[in-house]
Amino acid sequence: MGDVIRQINKFAKQIRIATLKELNHLGFGHYGGSMSVVETLAVLYEGVMKYNPKDPLWSERDYFVMSKGHAGPALYSTLALKGFFPEEDLMTLNQNGTKLPSHPDRLRTKGVDATTGSLGQGVSIASGIALAHKLSNRANRVFCIVGDGELNEGQCWEALQFIAHHVLNNLVIFVDYNKKQLDGSLDEIIMPFNFADKFKAFGFDVAVVKGDDTQAIYDAVKTPLHGSQKPLIVVLDSIKGQGVAYLENMVSNHHLRLTDSAKAELEKAIALLEEE
Amino acid sequence: MFIVENDPIEMRKVYSQFMQEFIGKNSEIIGLEADLMSSMSMDSVQSIYPNRVINCGIMEANIVGIAAGLSLAGKIPFFHTFTAFASRRCFDQLFMSVDYQKNNVKIIASDAGITAVHNGGTHMSFEDMGIVRGLAHATVLEVTDATMFRSILEQLIDLKGFYWVRTMRKNAVKIYQSGEHFTIGEAKILREGKDVTLIANGIMVCEALIAADKLAAQGIEATVIDMFTLKPIDRKAVIKYAQLTGKVVTCENHNIHNGLGSAVAEVLAEEYPTRMRFIGVKDRYGQVGTVEFLKKEYELTADDIIKAVKSFT
Repeated sequence: MGDVIRQINKFAKQIRIATLKELNHLGFGHYGGSMSVVETLAVLYEGVMKYNPKDPLWSERDYFVMSKGHAGPALYSTLALKGFFPEEDLMTLNQNGTKLPSHPDRLRTKGVDATTGSLGQGVSIASGIALAHKLSNRANRVFCIVGDGELNEGQCWEALQFIAHHVLNNLVIFVDYNKKQLDGSLDEIIMPFNFADKFKAFGFDVAVVKGDDTQAIYDAVKTPLHGSQKPLIVVLDSIKGQGVAYLENMVSNHHLRLTDSAKAELEKAIALLEEE
Repeated sequence: MFIVENDPIEMRKVYSQFMQEFIGKNSEIIGLEADLMSSMSMDSVQSIYPNRVINCGIMEANIVGIAAGLSLAGKIPFFHTFTAFASRRCFDQLFMSVDYQKNNVKIIASDAGITAVHNGGTHMSFEDMGIVRGLAHATVLEVTDATMFRSILEQLIDLKGFYWVRTMRKNAVKIYQSGEHFTIGEAKILREGKDVTLIANGIMVCEALIAADKLAAQGIEATVIDMFTLKPIDRKAVIKYAQLTGKVVTCENHNIHNGLGSAVAEVLAEEYPTRMRFIGVKDRYGQVGTVEFLKKEYELTADDIIKAVKSFT
């Protein structure tokens, strides 16, 4: 394992711990889908993306769009740990007057490039950002995480057609395939069939990686694409609640309101992560 | 005496000429189309600037997102499609991707109301102005003629935010001489009279002016206001002329709910309660027909306005 991956893994653990503490402090929130994107955020913000926490709107930065806006808490931890705002702010998640609302809001939170939350729109926004940079021959890259349940939304598929047609290979889309949406499993609600085959048929190159395999995620996206190379979709074969056994084993973990016993379990999980 | 005479230039040509000229001058302007590019005469502009006029295909909701993303990376996107699709199909995208996060997106919504003519009821929107004026940061305009359209388009380049510009696509009736200046938030007072105030927008400005002439011949002096700026509405003008005349008739090519009539009533209810009559589509959907037929069918003619004026007792 190289130094970069070691650093990424260390950062992933920090994000996971900070996110659990952030949600525990509030006592409710989107645990499952926040956990499943932790490793991807760690790869992007530790090993891939260009950004400047002191100048969040730096014109040469890479952009990040959390289309599955309910994973906002994981993004906030990432941004706080990287110095966009003080880590103490994480304890204000969803409190009255907070800068950290449930779903990312670019006008409230430094480092948030696009407001998301109403599902299906982030991929379109990311494609517009990518198009702008392409048209201006700028090297900025754009990264977007879309939920597997979010792909129920037709707008996502409109956006994918557009991205493939215009060869927006400066945009990488991650699909957080954690197999569950709010009310149950994808297979029960809207069967995804084979995501990879669908994306290939839409004109993309597809990488399927384990959602916690930082090396594989890093290898898939580290090198920018150029010319006529097809744009890339990375399917994250992830687990809702990833990295926390208590959450992973829970059937319904999209949104939790903590009982005393759940809180104790999660505090144990945090202690375990901190010990490692 | 108001003489009805069409603009020599179609509204779509106003738009395409503007885009052709200003895409060349400003490297950030992007024109987005949803497979209605040729309908808006934008195909000729695309042939000159293939990377700057992008025909995205039939995916209006996605295009609003693309426009938002372009704005986030510093571009100035103009998105044209028919009023019906730009409003009804894209409302959540206009809300979250554009207005809520204060993106800089200009929507050019053509084929307003009955001017969708032979595309019929499915393509006629009588609700769009009501939908978009509910968005907190939106500026909602309906351009009256070619002179105004060109002036507003030029202003939009430097104005940041969500702008909705409703228009017809073919030739409008000429109301303004070239060189006329328009300020968003300030209505145009086209005629002053002490007996009744007619507040109109879009194609109804012409009907209001015709009605005012006919009323004058019968000794009734009407004020005619072109309220092209629905939001922000010109509160001062509404109050001033309501106070002067004590009677207000609003005239719109739109459902009477949530559009111009409602916006005027909101001002007056709060500031100077005044008796009103509402000329507009009264909770009906559209149908195929010529503009003249549809004006009669939906009671949008000068004679309907006169009838409303005379209904005040």
